[in-house]
Amino acid sequence: MESILVLTHADETGSALTKASLEAVTAGIDLATRLSAPLTIGIIAADTAASASSLPSSGARLLAVSGEAFAQARYATDADAAEAIQRAASTTIILAPGSSRFTRIMAGVAHRLGGFVDTHITALGGTETVEASRWFYRQRIEAVLSRSARPWFLLLDASTHAAFAGESGAAQVENISVELPALRTTVSGFRAPTQGAQTIRPDAKLLFVAGAGWTKKQPDGQVHVAEAGELILGFLHATNASLGSSKSLVDQGGEGNSVLPFLTHLNQIGQTGATPRHAKGLSTCCHGEEPHVVGWRFIGSRRAISLDPNCGWTRGKADVVYVADAFPVMAKLNALLEAAKT
Amino acid sequence: MANAMHIVVCAGIVPDPLQTLEPITTPTGPGLKNEMVLPAVLDPWAASALYEAAALAAKNPGSKLWLVSLGPKAKLQQVMMTVAQKVAFELVPIDGPIGGFPDAHSTAAVLAETIASLPGLNRDKLLLFGGWESATRGAGVTLQLVGERLGITDQFQGVDQIDLRDDGSFEVLERVEGGKHQVSICAGTPAVLGWATGNLAEPRNNPQVGMANMRTIMPALAKAKAAKLDANGLSYLSVSLPKQQRTTRVVKDMTPDQIAAELAEWIGAE
Repeated sequence: MESILVLTHADETGSALTKASLEAVTAGIDLATRLSAPLTIGIIAADTAASASSLPSSGARLLAVSGEAFAQARYATDADAAEAIQRAASTTIILAPGSSRFTRIMAGVAHRLGGFVDTHITALGGTETVEASRWFYRQRIEAVLSRSARPWFLLLDASTHAAFAGESGAAQVENISVELPALRTTVSGFRAPTQGAQTIRPDAKLLFVAGAGWTKKQPDGQVHVAEAGELILGFLHATNASLGSSKSLVDQGGEGNSVLPFLTHLNQIGQTGATPRHAKGLSTCCHGEEPHVVGWRFIGSRRAISLDPNCGWTRGKADVVYVADAFPVMAKLNALLEAAKT
Repeated sequence: MANAMHIVVCAGIVPDPLQTLEPITTPTGPGLKNEMVLPAVLDPWAASALYEAAALAAKNPGSKLWLVSLGPKAKLQQVMMTVAQKVAFELVPIDGPIGGFPDAHSTAAVLAETIASLPGLNRDKLLLFGGWESATRGAGVTLQLVGERLGITDQFQGVDQIDLRDDGSFEVLERVEGGKHQVSICAGTPAVLGWATGNLAEPRNNPQVGMANMRTIMPALAKAKAAKLDANGLSYLSVSLPKQQRTTRVVKDMTPDQIAAELAEWIGAE
């Protein structure tokens, strides 16, 4: 018989679970119900009492590792905490959010416990056993896999489940003490891209993808990089969209050219970039497979503005392709969006 | 020589991103159609790790750089013809299966065993580099497992920058959610760094470096040990290409005003 542990961690405030953690809780409840399996939730946070306040209605046993050392994400401390929780829970299946904090440690933890790990899980199926869906070759091939070995750790991709939203209240939490080794790593904080405003917004409804066409010569024979930058930032300002970019455009910036200085490799989507999840996506001046196929895999409604009516990558991938020059279209669109705000 | 490091880069080989991939069933599990004849390249993020490692080694005299790669010998030789011209390294090839479907735990076990037995490696000075995710399996676990097997508990993933200090400590920038970097200070080696893109451009081909590398690469390939990877209870129930094909409406006859109006309505709609 299977038993299930959901590992969670607090957000930057330290007093609430991350949204991805609450999504994993939902997945754990669903799986436990389907398999009639007992459910345990583990919490790693500086203050677990506050973090656990959203979980009493889950009906799960709650285990926690707390303390200042666990306020920050660090391999040595987080791996020890997750290991201690699983040793106390002793379950066969361990679900966890695929956050940067847990992807850093979970394979190591699985190895310590003689278990196995699979990551980037997008769906959990199966009636009597656990079947996990994930993508291979950067979102080009989809597979459903299973494992007979236990314990089996499964890291869930963000936004694949609804976040658990139970009634808040005082939770009964069993605290587990962890004896830490001498720490060699200190976390000094976070650094946002220095080029300017934050443009990556994972929770945004809309993804705006800028391609290399923005920096090419326009009908007047000149490049209009500054204008392109203003149009893109204006659109982001008006819509709170997240900004993605094709590899070719980001690479131009890395080579020291004067192009769209707010773009970094963190904006890149596709084969060597991110594959974000948003309800809508608008691509502009993109002419390749990367943004339209790999980078758009998890975008709901997709539209594109392109000068190439025969672009094979948009056909069958976008819902609507506008064959037009993005410069005047985006200028008009920004004006409409700003007018609608006032 | 105070900061001389022993840098081991783990890097696999992957199909050229421009190739069309088609999954098939083989006697040993899922694979790709014509996998052995598809042009291959060094895994992109692992290649970033290699270039960063070479730059770090060049700045710190006395450092040594190994490239450990598991794959079919013939494919490794093909990829090395290009990679060898980029930076100087000592290749440690392992003759094994290609592709994203073998189990990462088995791959990590073979890599860790190989690294632990590298002649002349000082594990106190070890920086274990690689890509944070491969372009095949994309699991982001192999390097972490190798590090754990080697007893390294200072690990960083999604690394874009390392700044080494005079006292041997270093600052690391790791990608975290929301387009930010987490900044950490590590007291020194040993450590694991799974690289994202980094900050370096791909080095230009240097035929002299290539010739020097190939003098050791060819004998190493000839002596490469064969590795068999266990499944560890992993089974595939289905492997397929995504079938979703959209009916694309191609709009050629609208003015910028009309397109903007339609897009504004679409953006505002729930």
